[in-house]
Amino acid sequence: MLSRANLIGAVLFLAAGIIGFFLPPWLVSLLTIAFANALVVLGLIILWRAGLVPFGQALYYCSGAYTVALLARWAGVSDAFVLLIAGGLVAGIVAFLTGFLLARYREIFFAMLSLAMSMILYGVLVKTETLGSTDGFGVDPPHFLGYAPHGDALGFALYWFVLVVCAISALVIGVYFKSVAGALAVPIRDNEIRVEFLGISVTRLIHMKLVIAGTLAGVGGALAAMTIGHVDPNMSYWTTSGGFVFVTILAGAGSVAAAFVGSLVFEIVRSFAFAVLPGFWQMTLGIVLLLTILFLPEGLGSLATRFRRRKPDTKPVATS
Amino acid sequence: MSAILSVSGLEKTFGSVVAARDISLDIPAQQTVGVIGANGAGKTTFVNMITGHLTPTKGSIHFEGKDITGLPSRDITQMGISRSFQVAQVFPSLSVFDNMCAATAIARGDGRFISAALRSVHAPEIAADVNVAIELFQIAAYRDTLASTLPQGIRKLLDIAMAVAGAPRVLLLDEPTSGISIEEKFQLMDVVMSALKARNITVLFVEHDMEIVERFADRVLAFYDGTVIADGTPGETLGQARVQELITGAKLKLPHGEASPHA
Ligand SMILES: Nc1ncnc2c1ncn2[C@@H]1O[C@H](COP(=O)(O)OP(=O)(O)O)[C@@H](O)[C@H]1O
Ligand SMILES: [Mg+2]
Repeated sequence: MLSRANLIGAVLFLAAGIIGFFLPPWLVSLLTIAFANALVVLGLIILWRAGLVPFGQALYYCSGAYTVALLARWAGVSDAFVLLIAGGLVAGIVAFLTGFLLARYREIFFAMLSLAMSMILYGVLVKTETLGSTDGFGVDPPHFLGYAPHGDALGFALYWFVLVVCAISALVIGVYFKSVAGALAVPIRDNEIRVEFLGISVTRLIHMKLVIAGTLAGVGGALAAMTIGHVDPNMSYWTTSGGFVFVTILAGAGSVAAAFVGSLVFEIVRSFAFAVLPGFWQMTLGIVLLLTILFLPEGLGSLATRFRRRKPDTKPVATS
Repeated sequence: MSAILSVSGLEKTFGSVVAARDISLDIPAQQTVGVIGANGAGKTTFVNMITGHLTPTKGSIHFEGKDITGLPSRDITQMGISRSFQVAQVFPSLSVFDNMCAATAIARGDGRFISAALRSVHAPEIAADVNVAIELFQIAAYRDTLASTLPQGIRKLLDIAMAVAGAPRVLLLDEPTSGISIEEKFQLMDVVMSALKARNITVLFVEHDMEIVERFADRVLAFYDGTVIADGTPGETLGQARVQELITGAKLKLPHGEASPHA
């Protein structure tokens, strides 16, 4: 289990945690959001490997976020661990239920069906007065096993909390990518009928991927709700889903690390562009994506693996 | 000898096209059956029905005494019937080794999705099986080659090796030598048939080359217009006047001395 990649990952997460002490609070909060969103992107990478791109992943993100907000406000739950698990669980259950339908669709039909489902939640939330309609409502600061920080200390606590969740998720998803079910993503993308004829259900494999991706999105949403301290229906809007797809394409599907690299670069470029070129930040992001597609077709994440991996041999070795 | 595979009254229609009609036959364990017939005779449809890719319009299919009519292909594979395809069906973006690992990992699975998410696809026992199989099928030299760049013959062998990874008791080969040069055909069939014989697999193969059929089959089924018009030893089937007239065209003296065009 303690492979070199895991060791490097652990060191990097630890370094990120320590660096946090030397950064201004606004930057810490930006990184916290970037890492939380990276979990959603990690889920999209799982699906993209199998050739599926959902345009409604915000459904699970929003489910996780609202679960946290509702529990905090009406059930008086304040523990971050409980809130996190509840957010992931609810989103996972939503993904399990929607998966019965989604797992049967592919390509643009899959993308649009997933988008439609997320817009249903958006519509419901907008119409629900008790949940603040379009304004949403606030989330009280969480506690961490009895520790109840405020102000900057809360920001750091959340940052560390998010880093730990990310490290655990990265480890688990790394194992999944090497597993039979995870490794069958490329065969599913290449040739579904062959996979079925080898004796396993493609629909169920995809259903499993949907649940894992949905759970990760829910966890990301739960963390975002705690960090931002507020939830609103925009968390389920299609532009939110589109943003996650954007980061996924920027990141590439090559590795677990790609999700984190992509999400960090995205948040940093966005904030930088917003500060320096306020009127042109969307355009700047567009150009960054364009350049990435042109010069790094396998995404920013391929920078991380490029120097490590031996070039695969694509030539026939010999003729028998 | 009791039949390992037994079909009765099989029929398949596509709208007004009758692709298979009134097919009834028994195949005993470990027999090697050749299937001949012109294009469109219904050979692939027959294979597709047995392997669950198509549901018969009428009739039943029994495997080892169990009714498998209309089951999904993955269930039939799990029960012990595998197939290869007329056009090789492999995973182009993966290497030969990874293609075989995928096939072997699925075959070795217990069908539970939780364990599929935890077992490594490159587990030592899977890699060991794969290395044995690629030696057996003589594709080990291409172990790390991407399937999309394989020569046609090697791709065919890979397709068959993937089907055999599941340790089937019955294997259906749909035109294993199609798209392969005449010189290479015999060599490929030699490799495949000796590998299958070593594993006591019952084989049904579709083939257009009568020399190959005579050489490898214990029994030959002749398909014409969706049904079996002759069934017997290679000598018996290929010797029948109707088979020669409708399928092989060989040894048939037409009134004007021309060879039959129905090759
Ligand atoms: N999926 C299908 N839909 C419609 N017609 C089909 C289909 N598959 C096969 N057929 C028809 O059934 C007949 C038998 O085809 P097939 O089994 O592929 O023949 P063979 O393999 O002997 O060349 C042909 O007339 C073919 O056009
Ligand atoms: Mg055919």
